Amino acid sequence: MKARNKFLLGGVLVLGTASYLMASSIDETATYYLTPVELAAKVADNPRFVKNGVKVGARVVSGTIKRDPGGREVSFMMTDGKQTYPVHYRGVAPDTFTDGVDIVVEGRLDGNGVFQATTLLAKCASRYENAPGQPGQYPGAPGGGEHPANVPKA
Amino acid sequence: MILVGELSLWIALLMAAWTSTVSFAGGLQGRLDLVKSGERAMYATFAFVLLASIGLWTALFTHDFSLKFVASFTSANLPTVYLFTAFWAGQEGSLLFWALIMTMYAAIAVYANRKTNRAMMPYVTGTLGVIALFFLMTMAFSENPYERLDWVPPDGRGMNPQLQNPGMAAHPPMLYLGYVGTAIPFAFAIGALVTRQLDAQWLGAVRRWALVSWFFLTIGIVLGMWWAYVELGWAGYWAWDAVENSSFLPWLTVTAFLHSIMIQEKRGMLRKWNVTLVVLSFLLTILGTFITRSGVIESVHAFARSSIGNWFLGFLIAATVLTAWLVSTRLNDLQAKAELESMVSREAAFLYNNLVLVGICFATLWGTLFPILSEAVKGDKITVGPPFFNSVNGPLGLLLLALTGIGPLIAWRRASVTNLRRQFAMPAAAGVVVFVTLIALGMRDAYALISYLLAGFVFGTIIQEFVKGVSARRVMYGESVVPAFLRLVGRNRRRYGGYIVHFGVVVMFCAFAGLMFKKDITATLKTGESVKATDAYGHEWVFTSQGISSTQELNRRVLAVAFNVTRDGQPMGLLSSEKRQHVNALGEPTFEPSTEVGILESLKQDVYLVFTGAVDRETAAIHINFNPLVWWVWFGGIIMAFGGLIVMWPQAQRAERQSGYVAQIPMEKRELEAIGVGV
Repeated sequence: MKARNKFLLGGVLVLGTASYLMASSIDETATYYLTPVELAAKVADNPRFVKNGVKVGARVVSGTIKRDPGGREVSFMMTDGKQTYPVHYRGVAPDTFTDGVDIVVEGRLDGNGVFQATTLLAKCASRYENAPGQPGQYPGAPGGGEHPANVPKA
Repeated sequence: MILVGELSLWIALLMAAWTSTVSFAGGLQGRLDLVKSGERAMYATFAFVLLASIGLWTALFTHDFSLKFVASFTSANLPTVYLFTAFWAGQEGSLLFWALIMTMYAAIAVYANRKTNRAMMPYVTGTLGVIALFFLMTMAFSENPYERLDWVPPDGRGMNPQLQNPGMAAHPPMLYLGYVGTAIPFAFAIGALVTRQLDAQWLGAVRRWALVSWFFLTIGIVLGMWWAYVELGWAGYWAWDAVENSSFLPWLTVTAFLHSIMIQEKRGMLRKWNVTLVVLSFLLTILGTFITRSGVIESVHAFARSSIGNWFLGFLIAATVLTAWLVSTRLNDLQAKAELESMVSREAAFLYNNLVLVGICFATLWGTLFPILSEAVKGDKITVGPPFFNSVNGPLGLLLLALTGIGPLIAWRRASVTNLRRQFAMPAAAGVVVFVTLIALGMRDAYALISYLLAGFVFGTIIQEFVKGVSARRVMYGESVVPAFLRLVGRNRRRYGGYIVHFGVVVMFCAFAGLMFKKDITATLKTGESVKATDAYGHEWVFTSQGISSTQELNRRVLAVAFNVTRDGQPMGLLSSEKRQHVNALGEPTFEPSTEVGILESLKQDVYLVFTGAVDRETAAIHINFNPLVWWVWFGGIIMAFGGLIVMWPQAQRAERQSGYVAQIPMEKRELEAIGVGV
């Protein structure tokens, strides 16, 4: 056998193994990524869907965060504007987790319709910007980014 | 100055347009005056981008809050050093910074080649002009750093406290220096393709640029890991997040290129492959920027979403189509000049190294893009998590580690049985000794054992190579050990610098495997209460709470908990962790509260303490992690960067200038023969 062909055979072997690893682990770790309204639709479609672990991307409803004093459990409401779910997370919430931020939770719905999260990720609109989701809030500007009514425009 | 800067941005835009137009025209028509004009315009582009950057820095340092950028990312009480780094804290500034580095690199590359590579240079300059034009256009028409607010706020919004960290100050510029470094080899690849000058000549011009890119990407990635580890409080340094992956992808292809380039130099093989890797590296940096800036992929790090994603997508598609066409019409010119002679040869080892690197790259890309692909095919967004990346890239990574040890041991072209026996005996023995020792010490984790077996083998290879080189010099020149070692490295920077990089890789793999043994506990403790824990080495640790203190500092309120730590009864000192609430001058809270972790660092392991919350004034809830060998990740990174520096360092300047890059090869060959490696 020519060296070139031997090499190709070895290459196919390596790539084949890699593809097998990819295919098998995708089955193991693939998770649906849904918004609350999509999750509701899936569950309405097929009640057994709740057995699947899913990831949900949503926003924290301001004022609903209840933390236990030790910081190891937190409950809140998440929404996408159309559908709202209560969430219970057992774990330490990241520093960026606060009112109104976008979050990604991983877990499943329990019998009471509460989303039991095993992971909770929170993100800033930009990891560099203050006050995510509220553009244009600068100190000394009550009323947010709108041009203050009593200040004449430059 | 600010006004000058704003104006300079537009002039730079025109200059870049001029650069690309006249350079291409000059190249096609063979008009030297146009070519010269294009090169001068490239320098001018850099000069005006520099002015635009100085303008923005001036605005930052003078607190001109009428600029949206300044008001968004800084405040009047921000420490001066962070005023400087605020330049790349936001999207607009990042783009300008990117353009600054890009045009600086371009100006250097054009200047360095003002007398060489004349036929392809017009196209190289032209391509660089187009890339500069692209960045300047996205700024001018979409993300202008000089955008003004219609009123002037009294103070800015300030910088996120998590970014007020030296690691994060240096991480973005390092990554940019690495990313942008791929643009120069890309431009040379285009130039070489257009002019059909596809022998080793153009590779010589780009090898150092690829190294520069690799060097900064390595530093940038490791700094990012370090920042995530010390600042974010999740006790890890890599999560296979889309943003992390997009910095890793070009690193893989550049690394592959730095290896495969040697085969083309020595044997004239892999010509198509090298062009492809160079092009791919650049396209992957653009793709990475698209992924991270457009919001198409969910990431914890997601940046501000904006239309900028469309710009990058358009550029990506155009560049891909163009280069695919160029390569496909020039396949004949890319025919290999030699064939693989034997499976047991260094060429074959390098080929497998490339295959594995690109395989890891592909798997990582696949996992990163999987949500988009699955949505396109099945209509559902499906994500894959870290287990996917670990279970695919883990085995591939180990294979790569094995090749790191095998490659240097076998001869070019065809290795004889004697060659193999002589070369492999010591390194293989080293691996086995490590393996047996660890089993005797009670280690049972298969992944870790294989890692350390291979690490021992590669380490043996590196040591053997150095010992051989040093003893050959001692015999030939009668030098003593230290000067022989220094001259050996100094005269063959590529080879021995490369081994030093390999050593850094080995250290990192050892550190990664250490994480298989991490342990953690949580506890809720009143003042004076203690908690016991046993680490992976069997040491018994006791943490005794010293109570919670609250203090008021200049710009933050701090709640801190401290622990008296003992290991096997020996005092290890105090370890504390804080919750910080940053406040503005009026005492109002700004940003979310942040956690400051406490790390007790040692060569064996980090004890990583997180203060998760105060139950009441007396009682603190904590999370303690024992992370083995984390320090070695940073150390490995430093070694890799140091090795990269040695490889990059200019060598034999005079010889290079006279007869071009190729002069280096015969010299190395001579030395190789001297140390008894079959060439």
